[in-house]
Amino acid sequence: MLNIYCPHCSEMRSEEEFHAHGQAHIARPEDPGACSDAEWGDYIFFRDNPRGIHHELWVHSAGCRKFFNATRHTVTYEILETYKIGEKPSVTEASVAAAKASAEGVTA
Amino acid sequence: MSNVNVYKQRPDAAQAESPLFHASLHELVGKGSRNAGVNLREKKLLGHLTLRGDASDPTFASGVHSALGMELPVALTLTSSGDTSLQWMSPDEWLLIVPSGEEFAVEQKLREALAGQHISIVNVSGGQTLLELSGSKVREVLMKSTSYDVHPSNFPVGKAVATHFAKAQLVIRHTGEHTWELVIRRSFSDYFWLWLQDASAEFGLNISQ
Ligand SMILES: [Zn+2]
Repeated sequence: MLNIYCPHCSEMRSEEEFHAHGQAHIARPEDPGACSDAEWGDYIFFRDNPRGIHHELWVHSAGCRKFFNATRHTVTYEILETYKIGEKPSVTEASVAAAKASAEGVTA
Repeated sequence: MSNVNVYKQRPDAAQAESPLFHASLHELVGKGSRNAGVNLREKKLLGHLTLRGDASDPTFASGVHSALGMELPVALTLTSSGDTSLQWMSPDEWLLIVPSGEEFAVEQKLREALAGQHISIVNVSGGQTLLELSGSKVREVLMKSTSYDVHPSNFPVGKAVATHFAKAQLVIRHTGEHTWELVIRRSFSDYFWLWLQDASAEFGLNISQ
């Protein structure tokens, strides 16, 4: 059982209160009518499936019923941070790589 | 005043029945165990209003205050004044519970105070009911029923959370040292009533009115 921090309730809550809703930060095309079939199909159906850092949309369905984002590692399932809709993640593939490099004493 | 169709959902002349009407709780009063560890009382037919608006907008907060005389509670808390309570449900949603029969007048008062604002008020009185549990063993019953930590260090008086309970969902409110309230959906009331009888059996259950 995982505990997940809800940024709206501001406390750790049991995983069973949440639902995951797939990849986050998918912007709806400004003008859907101007999209090609490929662009619209990409927006509707195609999602990333990374090995590592993944930004996801979650909902605190049994609690405050608000959506928020989570940064999760798809190998370890570790949830590295949660943040509100509209905010930017502080943990990214790049930030993790930079932290790893500095820990190993490598300078870019 | 908005052009929303506001009407009295429960006419005075109508015979109202709570979601636990079929359980005939009034016939069970005093027939439970002596020295019961758990006392159950249905606070039935109260006025439940769901209020939504922008908490960060001072005109919304002051409008609510002028209509109710209460401040908007912050996350996971409940404020009460007499028999009226206002509970945080989500960042833009509150549950207002008022004495039975006052909901129509309170809704109109709120609509007047919040006129012109982007808000919503829905009378949900018919959709849910309130169970009050009191006694020294109530916390034990809650611990058997939910994974949420109900220890006073995590769940002090005045806190209120929506969570899982007996594989269903409800709202738990801590209203006094040994007093808790459950806000339950009408359609789950029989299920929770059966669950609470079973979970309370080992501590002794008494029904009060
Ligand atoms: Zn929450």
